[in-house]
Amino acid sequence: MSETQRGAYPPGQHPDLPPPPGTVGWRAWARANLFSSWWNAGLTVSGAFLILLTVPGIIDWTLLKAGWTGDSFKACLVDGELQGACWAIVTTLWRQFIFGFFPEGEAWRVVLAMLLLAPATAPLLFERVPYRRPLFYFSLAYPLIAGWLLLGGLGLETTITSQWGGFLLTLVIGITGIVVSLPLGILLALGRQSNLPIVSALSTCFIEFIRGVPLITLLFFSKVMLPLFFPEGVSFDQLVRALIVVALFASAYMAEVIRGGLQAIPRGQVEAAQALGLGYWQTMGNVVLPQALRISIPGIVNSFIALFKDTSLVAIIGLFDLLGIGQLLLRNEIWIPLDTEVYLFVGLIYWICCFSMSRYSIWLEKHLAAGPQQGTKA
Amino acid sequence: MSSVEESAGGAAGLANAALRMWRDAKMRGALLQGAILVLVVALFAFIVHNAAVNLEERGIASGFGFLSQPASYDISFKLVPYAPTDTHGRVLLVGILNTLLVSALGIVLCTVLGVVLGVLRLSGNWLVARMVMVYVEIIRNVPLLLQIFFWYGILLGLPHVRDSISLGGWLFLNNRGLSLARPEFGPGMEWVLAAFLVGLAGSVWLTRRAAHRKRETGSAPSVLWPVLGLIVGFPAAVFVLAGLPLGFELPAAGRFNIKGGIVIPQAFFALLLALTLYTAAFVAENVRAGIQAVSKGQREAAAALGLSSGKTMRLVILPQALRVIIPPLTNQYLNLFKNSSLGVAIGFPELIATFAGTSLNQTGQAIETLFVAMGFYLVVSLLVSFAMNLSNRAVALKER
Repeated sequence: MSETQRGAYPPGQHPDLPPPPGTVGWRAWARANLFSSWWNAGLTVSGAFLILLTVPGIIDWTLLKAGWTGDSFKACLVDGELQGACWAIVTTLWRQFIFGFFPEGEAWRVVLAMLLLAPATAPLLFERVPYRRPLFYFSLAYPLIAGWLLLGGLGLETTITSQWGGFLLTLVIGITGIVVSLPLGILLALGRQSNLPIVSALSTCFIEFIRGVPLITLLFFSKVMLPLFFPEGVSFDQLVRALIVVALFASAYMAEVIRGGLQAIPRGQVEAAQALGLGYWQTMGNVVLPQALRISIPGIVNSFIALFKDTSLVAIIGLFDLLGIGQLLLRNEIWIPLDTEVYLFVGLIYWICCFSMSRYSIWLEKHLAAGPQQGTKA
Repeated sequence: MSSVEESAGGAAGLANAALRMWRDAKMRGALLQGAILVLVVALFAFIVHNAAVNLEERGIASGFGFLSQPASYDISFKLVPYAPTDTHGRVLLVGILNTLLVSALGIVLCTVLGVVLGVLRLSGNWLVARMVMVYVEIIRNVPLLLQIFFWYGILLGLPHVRDSISLGGWLFLNNRGLSLARPEFGPGMEWVLAAFLVGLAGSVWLTRRAAHRKRETGSAPSVLWPVLGLIVGFPAAVFVLAGLPLGFELPAAGRFNIKGGIVIPQAFFALLLALTLYTAAFVAENVRAGIQAVSKGQREAAAALGLSSGKTMRLVILPQALRVIIPPLTNQYLNLFKNSSLGVAIGFPELIATFAGTSLNQTGQAIETLFVAMGFYLVVSLLVSFAMNLSNRAVALKER
């Protein structure tokens, strides 16, 4: 310390010196997280190199050199070559991607059905929703309302299910699958645990069979074999067949997830309920299932996400969901070279939906973990 | 007692008995199961009857006779010799082998990639951990079928045959596939293979003996050089002694085609690439969860004992983490195996595309072909699950 500093303050009351420059701020953070050892430094350099190699090229191709409008891929040609992405197929044909072959003038019904999905699901997903009680009734009525909007009848022009396509079809299959697979999965899981040997055996056989075969074989089964299993003249709508298969498939996987949750409940819960005189369904409904479902929430939402992704497989059996309609549009010769753009666009829509679901699952887990523990604090 | 009272008493007695049966849980259970059984059997009979009638009406044959009829179509990728004059039964074999090949390669590759990614995700390096997180979040939230189409489109964008990317004449890469030199084995090759197996068995025995000696006495001689000598040196010596029985048929590049060599179609690569990248993301998350499940105290205790971070990972963390990692990992392997059936979408001739696809369309026998295909997947899945259950029980923590 210099003479002046020592003289300016009484002993022991010198203000703190600022920390050395390398120990605070972003320099310290970089030293700890990026360059803490030779190995780490090597990793950082390789990672940064990889990013510099790929990201500028990707941004260049998708955004900077891209063509945005036009009625064929030729509109994006610069000097006879495609310099960047050609998003013209998306900007021109977005209606087909979202609505499929729905009659043009009636597209407002689809938009209305999609918008009403928000208030219909809000009371089920969140607790602090205003007017939660009345919205529950709306949720119950929503399938009927959406069915009326999409199918028509009673004052609206009727449509046939083969006119549904694109994102609309993906939502229909996904949401129907999710809504059906949860109760059915619970029943199957309870059946598998049941003391009645026939019920247990049938449930186990069903679950193990469905889980052991690929979904594509089941979809082929529905397309080719179901007509054989019913008398002449009984024909099933192509979409209904796919819905049944997807719902049963998802239920089997859901049953395994819920079974994991059921096994985590101590037997004492069931015994205590029996001691109180509760019957089987009362025990399950009031004591076991609420706890089991809370534990299985990550698994349940993971199943939903997997189901939503699996709906893309109906493209292989001729239903034009989001992926299927992208491929259909690509067959037109004016759009043939643009397959990467279509797949990126379709992928982006799937990613937004699935990522939102996984974020919701994380939020829900945190929210439910915070709840009951508050009650146990003395 | 008058007769009226008697009959009234009798009717009340009957009603009482019925009520007692309904109230008894065991009786109720038995009645319910009986009803379910009757329902299932009735449904089954309904389905079988209708199927028989419909098949008869459409003139479709029944039974497995079609397996010995000629298939009359070619398959672009096969591991065993196959000609269009071969039977549908042979098609089944070719399809099964293709499925197993893609699945086995996919499993090996995705494990390597997944473990590397999982460990990197947990490294202290912020940049690399975030990069892995971005990769996992993107891959996990996009459907696999879309990724397969995406990579197939990219691989189809490779140069045309006449501008193939070539590696010294041994390898040609173009939009039709990868052409490799085909190895041709001479007469002495079986001895080399036998020498390799003998060397392998010898190394296993040597390693076990060394581990036993280390347990008993605390130190053992290094087995690295003897093992290398047995596995590499011994077969190589036999190879030279047998007169170098190995030749290569190099692919010959023409203007429109590449003749000779082994041709691996783009569909195979696209399927393998998509399956590997997709499953590796899930494996990485499983590995991360497994390593994080090992309590921090283990790491601290190992450090207190003076173990380096490499030794800690190898001797303390990984063995415990493996217990948590292996069940979901086996699940991912089974998923990859079942997802290989999506090759039908890009024309890779695996089981579904050939047997349950073209053969089904030709013979019209949907029930038999689909059940055989489903049966194959089911048998393999059940076998693997069973094996995993056994191994789980073996490695489970044996509590007091």
